[in-house]
Amino acid sequence: MYRYDEFDAQFVRERTEQFRFQVERRLRGELNEDQFKPFRLMNGLYLQLHAYMLRIAVPYGTLSAAQMRMFAHIARKYDKGYGHFTTRQNLQFNWPKLKDVPDILAELATAQLHAIQTSGNCIRNVTSDHFAGAAADEIEDPRPVGELIRQWSSLHPEFSFLPRKFKIAVGASKHDRAALRFHDMAVEIVQNEAGKTGYKIWVGGGLGRTPATGYVVGDFVEKPDLLAFLEAVLRVYNENGRRDNIYKARIKILAYALGEAEMRERVMREFLEIKKSGSLQVPETERARIEAYFKPPAFETLDDIALPSEGALGQWVASNLHKHRMPGYAIATVSLKPIGGVPGDCSHEQLDGLAQLMDDFGYDEIRVSHEQNLVLPHVKQKDLVAIYARLAALGLGTANAGLITDIICCPGLDYCDLANARSIPIAQKIAERFADFERQHDIGELKIKMSGCINACGHHHAGHIGILGVDKKGVEFYQLQLGGSGAEDASIGQILGPGFGEHEIVDAVERIVDLYVKLRKPGERFLDTTRRLGIEPFKNVAYGEQLHAAH
Amino acid sequence: MAQKLTANRLIDGIVLYWKGGDWTESLAEADFFESEEEAQAALAAAKDFVARNVVVSPYLFEMKGDRPLKEREIIRALGPSVRPDLGKQAAR
Repeated sequence: MYRYDEFDAQFVRERTEQFRFQVERRLRGELNEDQFKPFRLMNGLYLQLHAYMLRIAVPYGTLSAAQMRMFAHIARKYDKGYGHFTTRQNLQFNWPKLKDVPDILAELATAQLHAIQTSGNCIRNVTSDHFAGAAADEIEDPRPVGELIRQWSSLHPEFSFLPRKFKIAVGASKHDRAALRFHDMAVEIVQNEAGKTGYKIWVGGGLGRTPATGYVVGDFVEKPDLLAFLEAVLRVYNENGRRDNIYKARIKILAYALGEAEMRERVMREFLEIKKSGSLQVPETERARIEAYFKPPAFETLDDIALPSEGALGQWVASNLHKHRMPGYAIATVSLKPIGGVPGDCSHEQLDGLAQLMDDFGYDEIRVSHEQNLVLPHVKQKDLVAIYARLAALGLGTANAGLITDIICCPGLDYCDLANARSIPIAQKIAERFADFERQHDIGELKIKMSGCINACGHHHAGHIGILGVDKKGVEFYQLQLGGSGAEDASIGQILGPGFGEHEIVDAVERIVDLYVKLRKPGERFLDTTRRLGIEPFKNVAYGEQLHAAH
Repeated sequence: MAQKLTANRLIDGIVLYWKGGDWTESLAEADFFESEEEAQAALAAAKDFVARNVVVSPYLFEMKGDRPLKEREIIRALGPSVRPDLGKQAAR
């Protein structure tokens, strides 16, 4: 895992003290809210419905046990005993007091944690594949690239006031677990025909008001050229991105206004200029220095064993384990989606318990997934019985990873100042409706993603079933979309029609799922059935009696 | 439609309501404005608390009987609907 050097540590300490001074000035009245707001946002501090909210960066989703314990400590000492893992692999505290935030940041800094790049129109905290370094299908660990991007982008002077926020993800597998095609820019580690490793660069993806999948602007960028190429993309965006309209300011708007050919040409022109200057070349020695921090743990030589298949443990193994690249090991998803719980929430007891589990069985590592789960990337198959027992005791043994109750869900109107409708209660009701394990497994892979407003923090456009909460004259309604995907087969869901009421939406989802079960071909996923048949049959069944009544 | 006036306290972000020229944490105790003139006068007075760095973002919202018209304000007044142990509702 990456360890801060003295430069990083000093930089974070200085930043914390700067913000302490700004908070003191605000509380003394030397800054008004308009003056203070940019400072607090640059330090991840928002004002939400009930209180302030502090968003802490988890670069490329990787945490140590010490960092998990620090989260637990902050939750106990300064907040209300829990944190919330987000769809950008970050963690949010929902109840900090402004007066305490400088102390919180100072304590976080002792565990190499901070809130930089979690808000504002800057390059945001870089995200990555949550199975990085463990997945059997990856070309190489994408996190060193994520760390390189973090070092390049943190307080980048040229890109501190972009037209809008800018999100970057890194992946290294054919199976896209990091939603690369829905990021402003994404780095996909690829191999060319000669077996050489380089980078494919995607640009122009995004969710929100105008959802778009990205396109490729760099087919094979050589390793030393990575930062020069990324800088070229940022320059094109910084110079040409719209600043007159917040809703048209993301790079996706520019990407589609320019078109692929023009964007490629402009990026290449900038790239060649930067390259000619000789700057931003990343030497092999520097890449190797960073990669050394991510070297895999000392794996033992083990053989695969027969995994438990009976009882609750068997269900968990069937749902939550993924193939590890080393024999005798497994990747274990810790579901933060207990039936009827709040997706992504984790109590201080659970954070501490997981830290102990990481110490005892997990090589001091855990990952946050953009699907709001946690992942133990390296566990021995022979330890699974003990690991599951600990997880179950912590209330973290839910066997539903990738299934219909593993719902991505933004905080919605229960917490968020921007939301139009509640999302968590709907996710809870859907989970309760489909709680039966056999039924979930029979349905198979089905990703429900839900947002409480058009900003799409819950990735609803990319859900196999997407749900968007809307407000109609003070009443919450829920719009359904079908056929979205955030994976390598990325697509934007199609809207079925008018929204459903709070008490209708779960039934509508169930009718759609039941129809899928009836119409699917053997082994066919929900997503593939909806793609094969189109949305009409599902639309008809979703609206059911309402449609009949209308005719 | 009748209105009440709300803001967030600067130092901790807690939701406040206008009551008799000052602030209370309780929606039930808050002043009820039957006329637009009364509401606007209170909002103008609240701006002084903004200038003195006591509260941020004061605004008026509509009431329907003794409840806010919009779900957003009901949730602000109580706490997260999914966590009855948190927010103002927890103290009840």
